[in-house]
Order: sequence, then structure tokens, then C-alpha cells
Amino acid sequence: MSLRIVVTVKYVPDATGDRHFADDLTVDRDDVDGLLSELDEYAVEQALQISENSDDDVEITVLTVGPEDAKDALRKALSMGADKAIHVEDDDLHGTDVIGTSLVLAKAIEKAGYDLVISGLASTDGTMGVVPALLAERLGVPQVTLLSEVSVEDGTVKGRRDGDAASEQLEASLPAVVSVTDQSGEARYPSFKGIMAAKKKPVQSWDLSDLDLEAGEVGLEGAWTAVDSATQRPARTAGTIVKDEGEGGKQLAEFLAGQKFI
Amino acid sequence: MAEVLVYVDHVDGAVRKPTLELLTLARRIGEPVAVALGAGAESTAAALAEHGATRVLTHDAAEYADYLVVPKVDALQAAVAAVSPAAVLVPSSAEGKEIAARLALRIGSGIITDAVDLEAGDEGPVATQSVFAASFSTKSRVSKGTPVITVKPNSAAVEAAPAAGAVEALAVTFSAQATGTKVTGRTPRESTGRPELTEAAIVVSGGRGVNGAENFGLIEALADSLGAAVGASRAAVDAGWYPHTNQVGQTGKSVSPQLYIANGISGAIQHRAGMQTSKTIVAVNKDAEAPIFDLVDYGVVGDLFDVVPQLTEEVKTRKG
Ligand SMILES: Cc1cc2nc3c(=O)[nH]c(=O)nc-3n(C[C@H](O)[C@H](O)[C@H](O)COP(=O)(O)OP(=O)(O)OC[C@H]3O[C@@H](n4cnc5c(N)ncnc54)[C@H](O)[C@@H]3O)c2cc1C
Ligand SMILES: Cc1cc2nc3c(=O)[nH]c(=O)nc-3n(C[C@H](O)[C@H](O)[C@H](O)COP(=O)(O)OP(=O)(O)OC[C@H]3O[C@@H](n4cnc5c(N)ncnc54)[C@H](O)[C@@H]3O)c2cc1C
Repeated sequence: MSLRIVVTVKYVPDATGDRHFADDLTVDRDDVDGLLSELDEYAVEQALQISENSDDDVEITVLTVGPEDAKDALRKALSMGADKAIHVEDDDLHGTDVIGTSLVLAKAIEKAGYDLVISGLASTDGTMGVVPALLAERLGVPQVTLLSEVSVEDGTVKGRRDGDAASEQLEASLPAVVSVTDQSGEARYPSFKGIMAAKKKPVQSWDLSDLDLEAGEVGLEGAWTAVDSATQRPARTAGTIVKDEGEGGKQLAEFLAGQKFI
Repeated sequence: MAEVLVYVDHVDGAVRKPTLELLTLARRIGEPVAVALGAGAESTAAALAEHGATRVLTHDAAEYADYLVVPKVDALQAAVAAVSPAAVLVPSSAEGKEIAARLALRIGSGIITDAVDLEAGDEGPVATQSVFAASFSTKSRVSKGTPVITVKPNSAAVEAAPAAGAVEALAVTFSAQATGTKVTGRTPRESTGRPELTEAAIVVSGGRGVNGAENFGLIEALADSLGAAVGASRAAVDAGWYPHTNQVGQTGKSVSPQLYIANGISGAIQHRAGMQTSKTIVAVNKDAEAPIFDLVDYGVVGDLFDVVPQLTEEVKTRKG
């Protein structure tokens, strides 16, 4: 038996950098360093663990949709231990919204072939947290999402989903789409050996025509949503800061009373 | 006037506050029609009517509890077909967003998630989003199909606006995918008696500076004196001092209370992502250079083990 896992990974602007919008109201990716969305490291990690715990022959493919630099995200995932990578890149993808992104990802996943798709719980830029559910809908397979624990055995994926009201045990037959949270287990650091090995691993590049997609189905023009404006929030005006010299708690209480919180 | 579908988040018939907020927002763009599913669906009607629902479409079946997400998408899709609404509003919970996304795809519409405000516009509803850890505010629209928009808790004040709230049975046929993901076990979360983190007017949080699970009692005591919810930073959660469900931030809950009190929290960007839109921000931290102080309305540079108990005592005294 063999198990084909596709891990979707996003290349995002560094959250600790000065993130902002370009003139066309898409994210400015030129001014800020990009990296593999940290939350997708957890998805790569779980794929590696499923592989390590499996008697089957497991092949892990990492997939990204993004500009030229997004290869960095693929390299990072490969150096963690993934086997191969697919990069979907096309100038016409600029400005694609979530419906379009899920279309491109689903087409690429189908073309690559899969038994299991693993995604992160949300990207660290768009932070919508809906791509995994959209992929399940498009691929017509079960969604087993937001897992803090995941295992695969005998063609069945099981996991634990910790929600607000309850913690649920979930189960579905493969093929399926899984997403994992940052509670699923620390992601490993690439080893020196892993980094060297990653340089030799295959990275395929596909464009829209490879996926039988037309420019008008994606990109800013094809988007199903439109951003009309983006405004930087004014910096908060400097507040009052006091040093505790024995009365700090009382001074704070006085402030809270003045604001009618007490 | 056009009708607007509002997906009802409820627990056995008890409507959660974010849904009542959605009814307020829905009235800005049309007449709210509520969709309540699962056990207790009909008992939601009174609360929904009181807050503006002209109709309440209900359906109960075992599938809603026994399988993940898809049965609810099937039902909402049936409601869209029955009502032809001008928009669909769903609370921005993890599940709410997944339901909304699949619905949008099925009905050929765009989706906006995590709106913090909503108004009527010439080309349909305009949603405000707070993005990049709340450093930018954007205004967006759905440009194709019936707008599907998820809205964060605390985005509007709950207003009473009595309406008919007539209960009507919704006819639902489940899709082949509905039974794809089985819920084989469920452990309900024990209630602490404190307000829900995302809905609370005041949140008191603790971070690595609290230095131990046993010391979270100090944070809880302050929270209780103010009638507040308790939050925690990821550092505190990862250390096992407090449950993950109380984590505030990018991978935890985002909160937007009237008052946020951060104790022993440095203010990393991922933490700020979850609390930066709080109306009033207060911090206690022994490091005067901690980035959290850039955000505060009032900050105390000091040891939380001195400041927090004194504050708690003072609050109790003043409240009498
Ligand atoms: C601030 C901001 C707000 C936005 N708001 C909206 C909106 O309201 N509506 C809308 O339609 N679009 C929106 N977008 C665009 C949307 O974020 C992108 O289309 C995006 O690629 C998909 O959504 P996400 O990044 O939020 O992913 P999520 O749904 O948060 O991502 C979950 C997982 O999906 C996978 N994934 C997501 N994108 C990719 C990718 N490109 N390549 C590989 N894997 C991926 C990853 O595994 C990731 O962990 C927004 C973008 C930004 C920056
Ligand atoms: C992808 C990703 C997602 C993340 N998501 C989240 C998230 O959702 N939420 C979140 O919180 N973090 C998140 N983080 C982690 C975040 O980057 C920080 O590591 C975390 O917020 C730090 O928590 P802290 O402020 O409690 O700890 P620290 O940064 O260690 O700060 C502790 C503070 O306590 C102060 N202190 C110590 N002792 C005392 C005392 N006795 N009295 C007063 N002050 C004291 C110190 O001066 C210090 O400022 C995420 C990180 C990543 C990479």
C-alpha cells in the first residue's frame, strides 16, 4: 500500500515586518520579507509523523500557489523532510481571492494525485481559516479539520477537534482533507542534512494552462470579492505609564474607576 | 424590503450573543430571517423575534450532531434557495467560517470573513475587516453572487427590535457528503461560570510572567472581582498553566472587549493580533520596555505579584 500526502503551504509576508498594501489594494509582497507561514509548519510536521508511524510507503508532496519567491516556502518544507514540491506560479494569479485560490489548489491536488491533503489551520496573512473546508467541498471528500491530534490507519483518518463548546473525536475514510492546529505538536527544525538534501529534491512548476484554468477564473479581475479601501489604523496615543512604588494597584484602580469600569 | 439570512449559533435553544449582534447588523441591510438548526432549534424563536427576526426557519435531525459541518451547509443552502436573500450572515466562529465558505462555493458567491462592521452600500453590503494584527482597516464587498459574510463577536451592540419571528419548518435534503465525517465522541467543556472569552466586556489575561499554573488564581481573582473572562498568552498555555480555549491571539481567540488587562504579557505581534482592537488596554509588566506598553491607555511598570492582588482588593472595596 502507498499513501500520497499533499501538504498545502503558503508563502506569507513576515508578521513581524511592516506589512502593508500596494496601490491596487493587494498585499505588498515586495517590501516585506516572506516566509513559510509558521502555521503550515505544523501541517508538514504531521505529514512527517504520519509517514514515520506508517507501515505503508508514504510520499509527501508540498504544494504552494504564489509568486517566484514562494519557492522559499517549498525549500523550507523540503528541508524538514517532505519528498517533493509543486509550485503553481502565473502572473495572472496576482490578486486571487479565497474562492480562486481554492480552485487552483484543488486542480493542482487532483493533478498531483492524493489520498490525504493536510493544511494549516489558517494562513498568517489572510487568516481566513477556510481553505481546507473549500478544498474538501471542491474535491468532494470529507473534511476533518482543526485537529489538535491526528492519526491515519487502514484507510481511515481520526482526530480530535477542540471547539468552544466541546472537544470532538472525528473519523473519516480516505481520501480526505485534514487541517491541523498549532496544538498538534511542535514542528521540527530542518537539520543541516535536511537542508542539503532539499537542494536535490524535485520542484515542479505549473502555470494556469497546466491546470486547464483560464486567466479570467482567477486573479484580481476574476475575484469574487473587491477591496475598496485599506487604511492604516492610527497609532494609539501614548497612554499613562506609572512605576509601581507600592501603590501601583491602587493607582490602576483609580484609573479604572475614572473610566467607569468599577 | 430584501431579506437577509442570519445563521443562528445556539446551544440547545439558548442563542449565543454574537447571533443577536448579527440581527442588529442584518437590519441595516434588510429584514432578518433566522436559520436555526439542531436540538432546541424552535426554542430559539422567542429570543430571535425579540431582536428583529421576522421569520425563524428551523430544522432538527440527528445529522447535525453526528457529522461535521456539511449537514449544516446543506440546510443553509436549502434556506438560500427558499428565501433568495440579499446576503447571508454567519457568526465568525471556526465552524461558522467553514459553513459559510462551503455555502459560498455552492451558491457561486464570494465570501468575506471576520468582518468587524457592516453597512449598506450602493453595490451591496460593505464589510469592514481589521487585518494584519489590527494595524489596517479595510472595506470590502462581495462582487459576485449573494454576499456571504462572517462577523466577529462584539461587532455591534445588541438591540431589542421586536418582530414576528414566525417559526417555519425548513425542508432539508442531506447531500451525499453530509455523512462523510463522523463525530464519534464529544466531551462538553465544563463551564467555569465566567463570561465567554469572546463575548466578555472585560478580559483579564495572564502570560509567562504569571509563572505557574497555581498563580493563575491571582488572575482569576482579579477577573472575578470585575466580572471578567480570563485570557492567557500562548506562552502560558504552552506551559500548561491554562487551557488552550482561553488563549488570546492569532491562533487563539480574538477579543474586542471594553477593557483588556494584560498581566505579565510582553505584547508579541501574534498576541496583539487577538486583542489590539480592545477599547481600553491596561498592562502590568515589570519590564518598562515591553512592547505591550506601546498599546496601553494605562500601564503599571511593576511586579504583578504586588500589583494584581492590590488591584483586586481595591476593586472589591470600591464595589463594596
Ligand atoms: C488581510 C487579508 C484579508 C483577506 N480577506 C479575504 C476575504 O475576506 N475574502 C477572500 O475571498 N479573500 C480574502 N483574502 C485573500 C485570501 O487570503 C487569499 O486568497 C488566500 O490565499 C486564501 O486565504 P487565506 O490566506 O486566508 O488562507 P486560510 O484559509 O487562512 O489558509 C488555511 C490553509 O490553506 C492553505 N493555503 C492557503 N493559501 C494557500 C496558498 N496560496 N498556497 C498553498 N496553500 C495555501 C494553507 O495550508 C493554509 O494553512 C484576504 C487576504 C488578506 C491578506
Ligand atoms: C504562528 C504563531 C502563532 C502564535 N499565536 C499566538 C497567540 O495566539 N497568542 C499568543 O499570546 N502568542 C502567540 N504566539 C507566541 C508569541 O509570539 C509570543 O511568544 C507569546 O505571546 C509570548 O507570551 P508572553 O507575553 O506571555 O511571554 P513573554 O514574551 O515571555 O513575556 C512575559 C512578560 O512577562 C513579564 N514578567 C515576567 N515576570 C513578571 C512579573 N513578576 N510581573 C510582571 N511582569 C512580569 C516580562 O517582563 C515579559 O514582558 C504565536 C507565535 C507564532 C509563531
